[in-house]
Amino acid sequence: MAVTGGDAMTRISAPWRDPAKRAFLLQGLVVVVLGAFVLWIANNAVSNLARLDIASGYGFLDQRAGFGVPTSLIAYSPEATYLRAFAVGILNTLLVSALGIVAATLIGFVVGVARLSSNWLIRTIATAYVEGLRNIPLLLQIFFWYFAVLGALPQPRRAFSIADTVFLSNRGLFLPAPMPQDLFWVTPVVLGLSAVACLLYSRWTRGRREREGRFDWLGWIPFTIVAVPTLVSWLITGAPLEWSMPHLQGFRFAGGLSIVPELVALWFALSIYTGTFIAEAVRGGILAVDKGQTDAARALGLTRGQTLRLVVIPQALRVIVPPLTNQYLSLTKNSSLGAAIGFPELMNVSGTVLNQTGQAVEVLALTMAVYGTICLVIAASMNAVNRAVHIEER
Amino acid sequence: MRINSMAAVLAFIVLAGWGGASPARAAKLDQVKAKGFLQCGIHGALPGFSTPDDRGNFTGLDVDYCRALAAAIFGDANKVKFTPLTAKERFTALQSGEIDILSRNTTWTLGRDAGQGINFVGVLFYDGQGIMVKKDIGVKSAKDLDGATICINQGTTTELNLADFFRANGLKFTPITFEKADEVVAAYAKGRCDAYTSDRSQLASQRLKLADRDAHEILPEVLSKEPLGPAVQHGDDQWFDIAKWVYYVLLDAEEYGVTSQNVDDMRATSKNADVQRMLGAQGDLGPLLGLPKDFGYQVIKQAGNYGEIYERNLGPDTPIGLERGVNALWSNGGLQYAPPIR
Repeated sequence: MAVTGGDAMTRISAPWRDPAKRAFLLQGLVVVVLGAFVLWIANNAVSNLARLDIASGYGFLDQRAGFGVPTSLIAYSPEATYLRAFAVGILNTLLVSALGIVAATLIGFVVGVARLSSNWLIRTIATAYVEGLRNIPLLLQIFFWYFAVLGALPQPRRAFSIADTVFLSNRGLFLPAPMPQDLFWVTPVVLGLSAVACLLYSRWTRGRREREGRFDWLGWIPFTIVAVPTLVSWLITGAPLEWSMPHLQGFRFAGGLSIVPELVALWFALSIYTGTFIAEAVRGGILAVDKGQTDAARALGLTRGQTLRLVVIPQALRVIVPPLTNQYLSLTKNSSLGAAIGFPELMNVSGTVLNQTGQAVEVLALTMAVYGTICLVIAASMNAVNRAVHIEER
Repeated sequence: MRINSMAAVLAFIVLAGWGGASPARAAKLDQVKAKGFLQCGIHGALPGFSTPDDRGNFTGLDVDYCRALAAAIFGDANKVKFTPLTAKERFTALQSGEIDILSRNTTWTLGRDAGQGINFVGVLFYDGQGIMVKKDIGVKSAKDLDGATICINQGTTTELNLADFFRANGLKFTPITFEKADEVVAAYAKGRCDAYTSDRSQLASQRLKLADRDAHEILPEVLSKEPLGPAVQHGDDQWFDIAKWVYYVLLDAEEYGVTSQNVDDMRATSKNADVQRMLGAQGDLGPLLGLPKDFGYQVIKQAGNYGEIYERNLGPDTPIGLERGVNALWSNGGLQYAPPIR
């Protein structure tokens, strides 16, 4: 009786009666409300800043920085802009994070496996390391490494030196720096091409082996394919590589490439601290693999090392990779503690910029955006790794 | 029902947003009086300016100024709470209203005055930037420091002045900046840097924390002008006036010879009209600022005059041992000059 129109006409449901449309409307409403809220907050902040006579906006990025940094991967001077100073900070953060991630992973895997070793001494040392160091705050560990490293090294005028080319003092480790000259690019290109040629050759040989059953010992052919053209190109271009040697000049070492103690201390502290957590994740992953796998592998005659490498760890990786991602992100964010020891990473540089310009909101927003981006990139990469190792659901 | 609750939430947010937009700011003096104490931002670890004594109470030049201000408002110099702040937090704390006044040996510059929304009250201490080195590196002048590594506190005018000085003299240096003053001193003491730079008063003060004070010397060059003084937020003229006139009372009291010892006497017996007006025995100057009539008397009685405050914290008899120098009264050849109280 309530149906209007003929039988052929479908009932048009009001938006709030149709579950699908209702869901869509509600979600749209939530998005609009959230968006309005964010806009209101931003507007509030900007108008309050204006009312308090505080400068706002990102125009300061073009101004002259006026301050120097002790170490940077790109050319930088106090005449550069604040934007370039930020770039220096970001590169230093990426550098220490990359170094830290590599070292922490190595330490973590080694210690994680060591904790499961049948050798009592190795197991105890690994356990002591993990239990001891993961409970000490990272900042304290950073200070320890910094002052321990500094304390142990001599003043520049009394630096340790190896054949007068490598110097170690409390200002840093100074190495000769390679300075590529004009035709330097030729040799790596030739090297690359000859490596490709070598790969093609070995593919062709393998193909021939499968087709004709001939087994040709490759012998020194691959080596020749790569080495000879490279050597020839190097000699033809006249060995275009100069070295800038560090030498003591007044208070410091001029020339060469330097690795400052701040970087080393931060790198050690970050790796050793994060290594403990990675070790636990690795140990958990290994323990999660069914014991039957180990038994079967041993029964097939694989040694302990082969079992671990070929059977257990590939399966353990499924369990290890997600917490590993967490630790990498944690390490990247913890690198901001370098500000406490004067390492010019992003937090340190942004702190100086914040002080000089007084624009706390803009500088901190920029810093947060950078850390967020770096972490999202790391997480995305690790998610790709995760997809490669996870269990394929049917 | 879900729609109704959603609509209710939305309406609430919109109304709250409208209602919450830009309320008028109450006068700072009224806020402080309502709170019952003054919130003062200080350094907290700088002997002579603001540092805890062996009983945990803060003492120092900046601290005494805040106590004088509290005495003027409440008649009790102890109605003040201190917030130690790093160089990075100090302006944000003041701008956000977390502290009522910033008394943290802050240099008065145009960038801060205009770009940070603060007003400088006056110059409590005329200072300049200096460089401290260990005596055994054999450097007698800042111009011999070509190529040196120098430890600096992050985000202070010090960083910029140092870069300007070295560039102007065609010299190179490597800066290592740390967030906290203690970290700078520790790294300098460990030998990470050849020199440590800061305001000369800070150098004298931090030298007290080093193991062997006599092994360090402060080089003669003064790299910049560093007028240090308290600051308040923009937008409240009455509060700015109060802060300024408490500072002027400190100076005028020293000029007229009124000290915390003789202030009662002076109030009762002095024939000097300036003294009588300052101590509230004559005239009605306090209420013009919104303060009690005897605010000048309370300031001097409880905090002392500028000379007493200086001698107590930075004077030749203290471990820091700085002479008045340019911080003497104008009548003694220095730069401290205050307008008359009338």
